[in-house]
Amino acid sequence: MSSNGAPSELMLEFKDVDTFYGDLHVLKQVNYTIGRGEIVSLLGGNASGKSTTMKTIMGVVRPARGTVTFDGQQIERLPTAERVRRGIAPVLEARRLFTRMTVFENLEMGAYTRKRGAEFDQDLERVYSLFPRVKERQAQVAGTLSGGEQQMVAIGRALMARPRLICMDEPSMGLSPLFVEQVFGIIQEINRQGTTIFMVEQNANMALSVAHRAYVLQTGQVVLSGTAAELRQNPSIREAYLGEMQVTV
Amino acid sequence: MTTADLLLQQVINGLSLGAMYALLALGFTLVYGILELINFSHFNVFMLGSFVGLWTLQAMGISGQSVVLYGLPLVGVLLVAFAVVMLFSGVLGVVIERISLRPLRNVKGPAAMITTIGVSYILFNIILLVVGADSKNFPNPLPAVNFAIGGAVLRLRELLIWAVSLLLMATLYVFVQRSRLGKAMRATAQDAEAARMMGVEVDRVIVTAFFLGSALAGAGGLIFGLYYNFTSFIIGFTAGLRAFTAAVLGGIGNIPGAMVGGVLIGLIEAMGGQFIAVEWTDVIIFSILVLVLVFKPAGLFGTLVPNKS
Ligand SMILES: Nc1ncnc2c1ncn2[C@@H]1O[C@H](COP(=O)(O)OP(=O)(O)OP(=O)(O)O)[C@@H](O)[C@H]1O
Ligand SMILES: [Mg+2]
Repeated sequence: MSSNGAPSELMLEFKDVDTFYGDLHVLKQVNYTIGRGEIVSLLGGNASGKSTTMKTIMGVVRPARGTVTFDGQQIERLPTAERVRRGIAPVLEARRLFTRMTVFENLEMGAYTRKRGAEFDQDLERVYSLFPRVKERQAQVAGTLSGGEQQMVAIGRALMARPRLICMDEPSMGLSPLFVEQVFGIIQEINRQGTTIFMVEQNANMALSVAHRAYVLQTGQVVLSGTAAELRQNPSIREAYLGEMQVTV
Repeated sequence: MTTADLLLQQVINGLSLGAMYALLALGFTLVYGILELINFSHFNVFMLGSFVGLWTLQAMGISGQSVVLYGLPLVGVLLVAFAVVMLFSGVLGVVIERISLRPLRNVKGPAAMITTIGVSYILFNIILLVVGADSKNFPNPLPAVNFAIGGAVLRLRELLIWAVSLLLMATLYVFVQRSRLGKAMRATAQDAEAARMMGVEVDRVIVTAFFLGSALAGAGGLIFGLYYNFTSFIIGFTAGLRAFTAAVLGGIGNIPGAMVGGVLIGLIEAMGGQFIAVEWTDVIIFSILVLVLVFKPAGLFGTLVPNKS
């Protein structure tokens, strides 16, 4: 990684991306770069377009203009399933487990685009060793798990796709401070094992303590970006949040 | 007949009607579970299935009540008839989805539901124009084997109806619980967007739901013909509405619920006809529909509609 924080080998790139819901212009000329092996965080207040960024990556909304490049190939016109097959997996906002399916079935759904076989078993072992609790609960219906357990399953479900890039939408949402630390520890561990992570967060302190770099999104525009260290020093980071609060409240 | 015999007889009749309603209710529930759409064209897919069954049997040289088969020929004829009817109905369901519903996929409001009513009327009128308004005799190649249980009579055709329905429902259940596509169906019913982001091709899931639901409705139509010995362009409405009530009673979107709801409606119809009066059957059944919708809209087995946030 060079000193200005730009990654050397690109995994994902947004170039001048505009995304709309009907007439509502949500992402405005947005640019992001995420390098192989990085943890990049996307910070921003409510309704700033963070989840829309994730949906644009996954292809459940299509950008009106601009390009999304994954692994050197443009993907903005590809169907979602193809993006998953190419190695992008989501940890969705508010977890979004299949609540009436068992924990094990949720993990199976994570591996939906892949063949059952030795690799599936390896990935399952990996998830179970990261989250022994998930193994204990594998036969339980997911909707009856605690919020923290659900978050573990949501992360495990993403890992079952054997992704090269995981897009996490607010992994700390609704978790106790102690559990948030645990989850972020595991995110770092997953990253050390070689998976690139793009992570939406409102908990800026936590996010900047694990991320290498971050972007700050405000009403659909990137207003700040840099290494996590730079952003931690930057006083306007707090202002950006406060500014947004006033807009949204 | 003693009252106990009458009761037993109506249980036998009710289970047969119930099996048919359950097959039909499953189609409502499968599609509703995924699209939150009440598919009224389902009524007349059932009706058309019954006619395709009639024509298939006739094509095999079986018409009226005169041809009775035994052993392998009987099994073969029934297998062919069910296979043809289910394939035809399944494909019909898929074509209806493809032509009339997929273009409306992202249109909010009642447009899609109203379209299914339109499609239902088209099917209804096609059959009315092609075969006419009078009801048609339905062949019954089954030998008239009856078993006496006390004073009640169990006919071979009832056993056949139960066996076929059980087999179809068990197959559906195992498919939905165990197969990869079945799991994708359940996941899509619970959270379509999340399922999509797991790599599920939601259109394939929708096509599967229409195919399976319509194939089961077709099987129900054939069973109707074999049970009542007639069919007519009009049979879709009453059976369809009763089956829809069954789906609501069981909790629309809930697969086992549709099965249980179907059997319950069948039993209620048979008992009501025996112990109250046949003319009151629809009053009773639709009162149940209204009561369920008012007091327990999620049905007997709880809601299984999507858990979208
Ligand atoms: N499906 C949709 N249809 C219409 N508008 C939408 C849709 N999804 C999001 N929006 C709008 O787009 C804007 C950005 O939403 P988005 O979910 O991306 O925000 P966010 O940054 O993730 O916010 P939060 O922190 O509250 O999760 C909001 O104003 C929201 O109301
Ligand atoms: Mg969000």
